[in-house]
Amino acid sequence: MKESVRVVEARKVDLVFQTSDGPVHALSEIDLEINKGDFISLIGPSGCGKTTLLRLIADLEKPTGGDIQVNEMTPEEARLQRAYGYVFQAPALYPWRTVEGNLKLPLEIMGIDKTEQARRSKEVLEMVDLSGFEKKFPWQLSGGMQQRVSIARALTFNPDLMLMDEPFGALDEIVRDQLNEHFHRLWEETHKTVVFVTHSIPEAAYLSTKIVVMSPRPGKIIDIIESTLPEKRTLDMRDTPEFLALSHRIREGLRAGHSYD
Amino acid sequence: MNWLRTSSFFSIAAVLAFTTVIWYGAAVYLNSDVLIDKYDRKKIEWNFSKLVEDSWAMKRPVMPAPHQIMLDMKKSIFGYKISSKRSLVYHGWVTISSTLVGFAMGAVLGILLAVGIVHVSTLNKSVLPWIIASQTIPILAIAPMVIVVLGAIGVTGLLPKAIISAYLCFFPIAIGMVKGLRSPDPMHLDLMKTYNASKSQTFYKLRWPTSTPFLFASFKVSIAISLVGAIVGELPAGARAGLGARLLTGSYYGQTVQIWSALFVASIIAGSFVYLMTVMENRVQKRMGVQA
Repeated sequence: MKESVRVVEARKVDLVFQTSDGPVHALSEIDLEINKGDFISLIGPSGCGKTTLLRLIADLEKPTGGDIQVNEMTPEEARLQRAYGYVFQAPALYPWRTVEGNLKLPLEIMGIDKTEQARRSKEVLEMVDLSGFEKKFPWQLSGGMQQRVSIARALTFNPDLMLMDEPFGALDEIVRDQLNEHFHRLWEETHKTVVFVTHSIPEAAYLSTKIVVMSPRPGKIIDIIESTLPEKRTLDMRDTPEFLALSHRIREGLRAGHSYD
Repeated sequence: MNWLRTSSFFSIAAVLAFTTVIWYGAAVYLNSDVLIDKYDRKKIEWNFSKLVEDSWAMKRPVMPAPHQIMLDMKKSIFGYKISSKRSLVYHGWVTISSTLVGFAMGAVLGILLAVGIVHVSTLNKSVLPWIIASQTIPILAIAPMVIVVLGAIGVTGLLPKAIISAYLCFFPIAIGMVKGLRSPDPMHLDLMKTYNASKSQTFYKLRWPTSTPFLFASFKVSIAISLVGAIVGELPAGARAGLGARLLTGSYYGQTVQIWSALFVASIIAGSFVYLMTVMENRVQKRMGVQA
């Protein structure tokens, strides 16, 4: 058993949004530990706070109670050190920049020199199989390709932690399968720590080492499931009894959280 | 002749033809009173065709016919040396130069104000109401006073006119750019936050490029307003050059044809400026990858 390094640790995290309709309890008593090399999926119905939890880790929101640590620092310190790469629900590419320009954006901001910028953007573009698309503008690419560029952009500065908010949510099933397979291979090569928000059971089961099942109103964690699948995975594996049992357990968790009511 | 079919040539030509016909009719109608008076006084025999003919050829018509204006424009644009006081090119250039200086001043002021307002919340609360209040001052009405006051403190020539232009045209630019600099997608802003980008990096790499459509839209409005400002600045007595001065002397001496040709030149200038802005906008957008 290899020694595990703690990347994210949440203790009794609470978040209450003050809205004009009164307070909304978005997250309640969240306890979560994420170790180096984990692939964690946060799964649950809309409104269960899974995106909010991801934004707390990223310091895009502040908790109203409890404590979060990222790399044994506050989320803000971790963000200032550029500890993570964030992939949004939409590709969020800058439309006036080419694919290459978008990939160089974080590098320009971080003050990395021009030759290194070129080398790294070429490298990550190869990683997502989009070599040759450097000079294209985002609108010239399909939705799936745009999302791959967006993942590549998060990889350019080689963060150890990837925070991904339903990155494949807007794509059709066929493209989604392809990207799942592709992304699994990428994770296998790099072994980055990934926190992955999804509301697809097969996606969560296929990709994760650990699945966190959440329920809404207030957002809380119902179940944390360690994956029983081998580390190396193929799409065909989704028809094995093991995979189906895992999916079943996730569904049971969601049902226990009244997600189907 | 593909451009004939694809461009808006025919629709423009149709509107132009229609306006011209209405105009000739209006010239007859508006000039008829004066002419009929004259016929009665001098006991001249007249019929309708003589009335039409005469109303299109008066020296000081109430409403000049289009061809009279065209002939006067031809004469005053091409008929004199461009340094001559009778040349419309000379007067036009005087107005253009204060328009451009005023526009440049207004654009810089408007953009700087917008940048301040977007980045400093105190400025947002304190300056924005003043900017709006500033536009309630009828600067067009008090322009002569402004020119006189500025002249008294030694600001003369092109500058006072440019200041009036700038005063009028910074407003749409400031308002448009406040909107434009605030228009980035929240996700794009969050992305900058995850990179720990500084305020100036966020400005140059995100806010400024996002605001370009707003920039050009407000430039198009402002350049036309700036021209109006320059013309009004030329109206007060003492201004001896510029389209505004032409309008003023024209009305002193009842030279309606001269007034109309100055107006035509002014609108041609305004149209060209707006067209130039559109050309620049298209170029910038093309470089920014906007789908043609």
